[in-house]
Amino acid sequence: MVLTAVFAVLFYIATAILVIGIAARVRRYAKTPSPLVIPTTPAPTTRAGVTARMAREVILFESLFKGSKWTWLFGWVFHFAMVLVLARHLRYFTEPVWGWVAAIQWLGLYAAFAMALGLAGLWARRLLVDRVRYISSPSDHLMLALLMGIVLSGLAMKYVWHTDVVALKAFMLGIIYIDYKPLPADPALIVHLSLVIALMIVFPFSKLLHAPGVFFSPTRNMRDDPRERRHVTPWAPERS
Amino acid sequence: MAKSEFETPEIKRIPEIPPVRIGSMAHSQPFRAKPEHQAPLGFPGELVDDWKQVALDKMGELLGKYRSLQVFMDACVKCGACTDKCHYYLGTSDPKNMPVARQDLMRSVYRRYFTVAGKYLPKLVGAVDLTEEVVEDWYRYYHQCSECRRCSVYCPYGIDTAEITMAGREILDAIGVGQKYANEIIGKVFKIGNNLGLPEPALKDTLEGLEEEVEEDIEVPVKFPLDEAGADVLLVTPSADFFAEPHVDGLIGYAKVFHQAGISWTLSSHASEAANFGLFIGSYQNMQKVAMRIREAALELGVKRIVVGECGHAWRVAYSFWNTLVGPFDFLDPNYPVPQHICEFTHDLLKRGALRLDPSANDDKVVTFHDSCNVSRASRMGDFPGGQFVIPRELIRAACNRFVDMEPGTTHEATYCCGGGGGLLTDDLVELRVKGALPRVQALSRVIEDDGVTHMAAICAICKSQFTKVLPYYGLGMDMIVSVHQLIGDALVFDEH
Repeated sequence: MVLTAVFAVLFYIATAILVIGIAARVRRYAKTPSPLVIPTTPAPTTRAGVTARMAREVILFESLFKGSKWTWLFGWVFHFAMVLVLARHLRYFTEPVWGWVAAIQWLGLYAAFAMALGLAGLWARRLLVDRVRYISSPSDHLMLALLMGIVLSGLAMKYVWHTDVVALKAFMLGIIYIDYKPLPADPALIVHLSLVIALMIVFPFSKLLHAPGVFFSPTRNMRDDPRERRHVTPWAPERS
Repeated sequence: MAKSEFETPEIKRIPEIPPVRIGSMAHSQPFRAKPEHQAPLGFPGELVDDWKQVALDKMGELLGKYRSLQVFMDACVKCGACTDKCHYYLGTSDPKNMPVARQDLMRSVYRRYFTVAGKYLPKLVGAVDLTEEVVEDWYRYYHQCSECRRCSVYCPYGIDTAEITMAGREILDAIGVGQKYANEIIGKVFKIGNNLGLPEPALKDTLEGLEEEVEEDIEVPVKFPLDEAGADVLLVTPSADFFAEPHVDGLIGYAKVFHQAGISWTLSSHASEAANFGLFIGSYQNMQKVAMRIREAALELGVKRIVVGECGHAWRVAYSFWNTLVGPFDFLDPNYPVPQHICEFTHDLLKRGALRLDPSANDDKVVTFHDSCNVSRASRMGDFPGGQFVIPRELIRAACNRFVDMEPGTTHEATYCCGGGGGLLTDDLVELRVKGALPRVQALSRVIEDDGVTHMAAICAICKSQFTKVLPYYGLGMDMIVSVHQLIGDALVFDEH
């Protein structure tokens, strides 16, 4: 009962920090002006073109692909496996489970292994490539450890110490609909949820801000049309 | 003399990413600005007493003024994609010349004073106090970045180290630690009108000399008009074009094109400089003030169009920023782009059949083309993305029978900086300039070996000066560098009107 209460409260706090923290950051990014037209060229000249560029950046990691094939491979595999795994987890938060979520359950299982593989590759680069080792601080390793811990504890629940997922789902739905049900006291699950909560809390204070940040990157989201359209800045002094 | 103080890197046929050698360029820094260089720009003459507070206040101000800086400080995940992209890292092995590490010089201070994590857990997130040693590192390594934006091409978040270098220099200027070369030059522009400090009478003499020289050479009365009110076109060009080699041959090329096209044009003694070093030091105010001269000159002379000569960063400022800084240019002819690059201008004339070129005039040459960083990654030519790569190449091909491109990955958006851009084209940084030229020189050497290339054409005054200076260190001839408009001028067929 205490366990259930503690985790319910932690989930509320972590969610609040995650949502409010990111919203505050996004607000700051949105409010800070881009005084000059600085897309990295060649750049699209239209809004539709910028949308396409941003989509390629977010979905395909286009720039990273140009930059480093290994980092791209591990990074892309990790991120898109994570998307699948997160989608798979929707079944714990919805009743009845949406059709497409049910349909991808099997895929999500494989994706968990892909996530671990991607993380391992990224971590290996951080340790083995002298340049990347040089730029890594303890938090960079800790972030990988946190994510790896989440993946491995998740896999452990499936393949080693089976967790009562029906009871877990009841707990989760209980948190959402304020109709509290007990949380199963399985060690792997407790580790898994604790790490997830930690991740939610550090998100707005860490480099995980790259996720909202990329959409605000002026070198990627600005149109290359300075001759056609006069770009003006709120703070800049007008010519004398 | 400088030659003996450091070793010129070895040219490798297959370029290598060098291993990290910590501190290998820690001794490199440019001369500092004296109070008389700082004053005209509105910066304190020497280190201010409460420098730490002033620096942090300035950083806070810039974080609120520039979305780029704010987002770039937060978004980096240390993926390492940029670590082997900077020509200065490739040439020096100093890890602080890796773009991410250069950014981290500021990011670690940002985290310490502007983020929760850095305030409470500095060691964990690599946050550091702002100390004199940090300021020294900023001065060294923010003057080992040419603001070429190559790193920004490969960053998954588009982080552009140039933005951070500019902010770094702006903070340094705010506490009274300026760079002599750039700040002295901006002062000269304010006082005399151009980077070289060439006063109006000397400019007039130079242009008259050129007129005589060209007429003697080709027996065509090509004019070099100065301050001619009522001309159609104001040409704004880097002052190096007035007498530096090979720049001046480019200027002669522009003049021949204007002559043959029958378009009236003029230079301006008030705006006798296209360069705008305000960009390099990240100072919006100074950049605006320098740009303002061009607007004033255009109004005063009553021209219909503004054309910009071969200059990389000047074209960035002109193309990307003029409209914002000193626009709108609604008093100019709306049928032409404002401003127009000299390559666009000539290209347009060629397309319309107003010029005839005989490429056999350049048959003694096998030419390659160096894409300048600011033209490639910070601006455009023509009416489609990537026109900045197509137009100069079409011009060269029209003027030369033998053209060869260098290795993909070293041209177009991936082009390497010449090693002297961003306010680093000064003799006190010659070691950095020589080493930073390595990636470009390697690509050039390869086409010399494989294709017999004899000349490398460029469209940037800094590139031209830089290569002229550093190529001899690598055993290559300084006269390999030519202006694109030199090739055009030499191939131009003069018909009777």
